[in-house]
Amino acid sequence: MNIIIVGCGKVGSTLAEQLNEDGNNITVIDMNAAKVESITNRYDIMGIVGNGATHMVQQQAGIYDADLLIAVTGSDELNLLCCLIAKKAGNCQTIARVKNPDYSTEAPYLKNELGLAMVINPEYAAAAEIARVLRFPSAIKIDTFAKGRVELLKFRLPEKSRIVGMSVKEVVTKLHCDVLVCTAERGDDAYIANGDFVFEEKDVISIIASPKNADDFFRKIDYKMHSVKDAMIAGGGEITHYLCDILHRSGISIKIIERDKSVCEELCSLWPDVAVINGDATDQSLLLEEGLTNTGAFLALTNMDEENILLSLFARSSNQGKIVTKINRIDFDDVIKHLDLDTIIYPKNITADMILRYVRAMKNTIGSNVETLYNIIKGKAEAAEFIVRENSPVTGKPLCELEFKKDVLVAAILRGKNVIIPRGYDVIEPGDAVVIVSRLMALHDISDILK
Amino acid sequence: MNYKMIKNILGWILIFEAIFMAVPLITAIIYSESAVISFIVSILICAAVGGLLIMNRPADTTLYSRDGYVIAAASWIALSIFGAFPFYISGAIPSYIDALFETVSGFTTTGASILTEIESLPKSILIWRSFTHWVGGMGVLVFIMAFVSLSGGQNMHIMKAESPGPSVSKLVPRVKNTATILYSLYFILTLTEFFVLLFAGMSVFEALNASFATAGTGGFGIKNDSINSYSSAIQIAITIFMLLFSINFNSYYLLLHRKPKEAFNTEVRVFAAIVISAIAIISLNVYHLFPSVQDAVKHSAFTVASIISTTGFATVDFNLWPELSRTILVLLMFIGACAGSTGGGMKVSRIIILVKSMKNSLNSLIHPKRVQKISIDSHPVDSEVVQNVYAFTVCYIIIFVVSFVVIAFDNHDLITNFTAVASTMNNIGPGLELVGPTQNFAFFSIPSKLVLIFDMLAGRLEVFPMLILFSRAVWKK
Repeated sequence: MNIIIVGCGKVGSTLAEQLNEDGNNITVIDMNAAKVESITNRYDIMGIVGNGATHMVQQQAGIYDADLLIAVTGSDELNLLCCLIAKKAGNCQTIARVKNPDYSTEAPYLKNELGLAMVINPEYAAAAEIARVLRFPSAIKIDTFAKGRVELLKFRLPEKSRIVGMSVKEVVTKLHCDVLVCTAERGDDAYIANGDFVFEEKDVISIIASPKNADDFFRKIDYKMHSVKDAMIAGGGEITHYLCDILHRSGISIKIIERDKSVCEELCSLWPDVAVINGDATDQSLLLEEGLTNTGAFLALTNMDEENILLSLFARSSNQGKIVTKINRIDFDDVIKHLDLDTIIYPKNITADMILRYVRAMKNTIGSNVETLYNIIKGKAEAAEFIVRENSPVTGKPLCELEFKKDVLVAAILRGKNVIIPRGYDVIEPGDAVVIVSRLMALHDISDILK
Repeated sequence: MNYKMIKNILGWILIFEAIFMAVPLITAIIYSESAVISFIVSILICAAVGGLLIMNRPADTTLYSRDGYVIAAASWIALSIFGAFPFYISGAIPSYIDALFETVSGFTTTGASILTEIESLPKSILIWRSFTHWVGGMGVLVFIMAFVSLSGGQNMHIMKAESPGPSVSKLVPRVKNTATILYSLYFILTLTEFFVLLFAGMSVFEALNASFATAGTGGFGIKNDSINSYSSAIQIAITIFMLLFSINFNSYYLLLHRKPKEAFNTEVRVFAAIVISAIAIISLNVYHLFPSVQDAVKHSAFTVASIISTTGFATVDFNLWPELSRTILVLLMFIGACAGSTGGGMKVSRIIILVKSMKNSLNSLIHPKRVQKISIDSHPVDSEVVQNVYAFTVCYIIIFVVSFVVIAFDNHDLITNFTAVASTMNNIGPGLELVGPTQNFAFFSIPSKLVLIFDMLAGRLEVFPMLILFSRAVWKK
């Protein structure tokens, strides 16, 4: 596909890198010549310096041959204008990043009336992700397939778990749980787990299961699932706004610590039963006074990455609950991963992931047929959902008789309303949706998993 | 420096050189010449060494700008060292330094020869000479990138280092596709010329050689008197194609996409203006030497096209022309072709930038506080690009002066020395006096030949890649 990306910030360059690797022809547009220069030197893409919302610049970027324009500059208005002009000039789909709640609440209107394919609000997406994590605090990450009927859960194995030292096979036979272990991360290594894989302490495990079976599994391995009843949030920014809205509805009591008096007052008037505290969140005595030790979850959502990291580390030392850290800059994710920080939210990564998912799904109408796609371990393993068509070579035979490529796992079969966690004797039928976990191999069709 | 990647890419260069040598090999087989063995041996050497080098693809394929320059320089040196084997092994050129000079002259599309007698050479050797022009014209790394992905994502560094012109840009997002488009245009234009020449009365072998040599703006002929003995029609056809190959290939791409306004940009228009005025002045200056005005115009046009495109073909001995004409020809040598073409020289776009910035400097003497930016085709030129043009010009002059002094040790006359350096550095071929169109470079001493070899490479790669080899950082582990 020919894709134009307007804006070479963090989101823009992440998208350019990933989409370029997927084999698309990428052209980036940015006003900043140095940024364009640096990104075109790193990746095999074309760069144009100029205002992406002008017809002339879009023409230079080849808008007439483009299949998709993604506007991810820092300005909402510019992004929307880019999309409008692109829509008029070319026959392409458009995606805009829109931060301002004034506009993003009108996303359905923008999509319908202005013909945008996707309107994405990074802060809202981050808030939704945090809310999902709070609902199941033990997980590091939760992704869903088949409209929520199958969940992909990623969690860290606690030190004294029952299953440490057991192999995947033993776990299945001893515990009688219908879950499938997909991947495991140990330090910097990533494994696609087969039956002989043996669990160790502190492994980060991904499992696929229906929500009910997942609960069952966690109970059997003595994994504590404190559901969060109260949360303390440091910082009253955009994400906090959205989060209040979402958490409020699910009945979690919220305490916000914010430095700025006027922001406090605004939050207070919007959600009268939220406890808004006007104070400095970096003040340790204030945090302790407000009950940091007992709170179910602590969310560090200030605008300073460093502050968020330190706050979370401090909270970790005095609290055993869920801790979520928001980090804006992606650059040091390798270093941050090694800190004991529990869940880390990168709003920019979430935005990029969501757009990537959309683009890959869009591509499937052209050639491949991936329904949904998730990165389980960044750059090392992914999970994709396929629809199996008639005459596909994977149908009609039990799984144990099919010859799979190395590091490929059939993780779930969705037939009608049933979720099957497949074992060797299960058979894939046409019309099934199948979740495949693999090392990155750019699967385009379900038949790609066979030798 | 990513030495492992550089080694790997050098391996690819040699593999492709072995493939290129199939052209003369097939020729040798067709004409059942004894040179066939020398090509087989050379191909085996290239393939073996190349195969060894590419065996282990390094895990880290990251390249930085400096790697791109070193790769360009190292590739061209390796290409020449191995490309000289057929000449040397077949005995066509008994001295290896001479064979190397001839090969470098071929790949850099210079066309300066050390051979005194070419007509008696085997046809396969002749076609290898011409074919090196064709390969070198558009760039061998660009050619390889159309087929093989050389590095992770930083192919652009390699392309920038090899392609001529002050700023190199891609036509389409991917380097691979850009390289394919450029080579397709190049191939189609060459093929067109081949058929035109065939139609105008050349034999297949002659037309093939002449097309390769014109396309790369090289200038190796297969006759001792270059293009003189061919018919007027052929001479006119070659004049037109020499000019076509010295225009930026981006313009052809833009024409194909129906953007004539952008295709005929400032550089192309200035180039046309220079060519037309040079032809007019020289025609007026030399018309008394020819039987008819038409003849005078035809030969002036051919010579101007040959020099400004940096091809170096000749229909007449322009060394015997009046001083005014000779002076203009020497000036044209320095101007050279358009950026992004197969021609050499300083490039018209650099001259435009230099003239514009000179005008700005004068302006700022009058209005010291005036803010000025250079723009071409109403696009502002990046100040880094302007800076780069200055640096290029200074380095260019320094290399020129040093070479000029070094070859003066041979004790030939001033004009010979000056034009020998000018014509090798600008990749033209013939100069004036002892290196005039009817002469050759055989009489230079070995040190002088080595200096001229360096000049040819520096001229083709536009100075920086060759100079960077002298930087200590390149050699430090």
